[in-house]
Amino acid sequence: MSRLLEGITEAFRLIFSFDPELLQIVFLSLRVSLTAIIIAILLAVPLGALLGLKPEKRTRFINKIIFTLMGMPPVVAGLIIYLLLSRQGPLGVLALLYSPAAMIIAQVFLAAPIVAGLTMVGIRAKGTEIEETARSLGAGSTLAAWTVIKESRIAILGAIITGFSRVVAEVGAVMMVGGNIAGHTRVMTTAIVLETRRGNFELAIGLGIILLMLSFIINSVLYNVQRGGLKGAR
Amino acid sequence: MFTLNGIRFKLLFGLVFWAVFFFVGGCAEEAAPVEEPAAEEEVVEETPEQELIDDFIVLATTTSTYDSGLLDFLNPIFTEQTGLEVQVVSQGTGAALETGSRGDADVLLVHDRVSELELVEEGDFVDRYDVMYNDFIIVGPEDDPAGIMNVDRVTDAYNLIASGEYSFVSRGDDSGTYRMELRLWEDAGLDPEGQDWYQSIGQGMGGALTMTSEQLIYTMTDRGTYVAMRENLDLVILLERDPVLFNQYGVMAVNPDKHPHVKYDYALMYIEFLMSNEGQELINSYQVNNETLFFPGYGLE
Repeated sequence: MSRLLEGITEAFRLIFSFDPELLQIVFLSLRVSLTAIIIAILLAVPLGALLGLKPEKRTRFINKIIFTLMGMPPVVAGLIIYLLLSRQGPLGVLALLYSPAAMIIAQVFLAAPIVAGLTMVGIRAKGTEIEETARSLGAGSTLAAWTVIKESRIAILGAIITGFSRVVAEVGAVMMVGGNIAGHTRVMTTAIVLETRRGNFELAIGLGIILLMLSFIINSVLYNVQRGGLKGAR
Repeated sequence: MFTLNGIRFKLLFGLVFWAVFFFVGGCAEEAAPVEEPAAEEEVVEETPEQELIDDFIVLATTTSTYDSGLLDFLNPIFTEQTGLEVQVVSQGTGAALETGSRGDADVLLVHDRVSELELVEEGDFVDRYDVMYNDFIIVGPEDDPAGIMNVDRVTDAYNLIASGEYSFVSRGDDSGTYRMELRLWEDAGLDPEGQDWYQSIGQGMGGALTMTSEQLIYTMTDRGTYVAMRENLDLVILLERDPVLFNQYGVMAVNPDKHPHVKYDYALMYIEFLMSNEGQELINSYQVNNETLFFPGYGLE
């Protein structure tokens, strides 16, 4: 119990010390995970919407694949990206292993199925209805599809929050493809693993608390946007 | 009310697009430095003392050298002298050797002499040197129910543990420490794998010590990690200084003939730094809790 209290003290000491190394770790965590979720949104929201608007029978197989990938263990995603990016792998010439770019690729791989799957489910819930209404009001197919996406924004934001939570908290993939290099690819989760391994439990739990606080701030922002959407939908 | 939300939605997406360009741009920049042209290396060779090289090397090493803080002590000195940044990837010895064999690192600092010499023979690595050594110890609870304190040989200690079925934590992670532990069980004529009292945990040394301490049982550890973590552990040293417990570290470069992209010249500079009189003295001078963790040179015999 005392270690937990020491950890909380340590967390606040760390925050107010503005330690440049810590700031760098925090900034890299945010940069990697936010970039990953944004790329995942660009890839997966259109895909999820497309699948959600198609009749369920025609997308059954691909749905199952997406749902399976939603449960991909991070370390397996990391291993796959590692083998692709390794010098002996097919993409080795890019020299991306042990770089933030490699970490982003791995996290996109983890987040995209979640965003796509949940978007699809959300749109399927009432997509056809909205699409028909839009078409009856004279909208073309592109405009109708855009209307469906816009009207399903609560579900889409939920999908984004879930995807972001997954990548910001995972350690297996970024450890594997980033290598936890100090000042270069060390993020909050890999720093927590390292400090735990070194027996610095106070520092580790302190970092954990900072990670939770950041998550809280980001989710608060997203939640407020989502609540706005809720009012509009009523 | 609807338009307000529409605006908010558009604003969010505007932010998202702006952020993509910002973040992706930043990352592309970071990933860019690949290889420096050979011309610069020649300049460096002419004036090695003054010219600082604006580049980095990747060092694949074991958890023990990194977690003990040794590399945090040595590498800044090397960087100050050469300008080269050392990016450390710390893994188990097995993983570090694999990383090096695949050409994903430039230089290695590991401790499994037998495998290292094999891989040099096979042409994966070149310029291997015995750079330093430390030693392994058997730690356990102070009341020592197995009576390890009374014997001097690891093989005897392992026989006491096995015959009394006292719980023992094994790394089980293909690290140099684990490979050493397995060889010692073999020397003792025992096969603990699969026994109830033998906990193969697949974690690093820190994790293994924590688990050993929480359960008040036995494990074999390198001295460095134990000394660094001692204040958080309820474990004491029960057996040390058996000659078979010396743990030799080797430093070697990834073979540039096999992996032309590696920064062989820079790897050599790092090896030369560690093997120089200054480097060896620095290793000897590094202490944690007033205890020397690594001894320079060749420690066997």
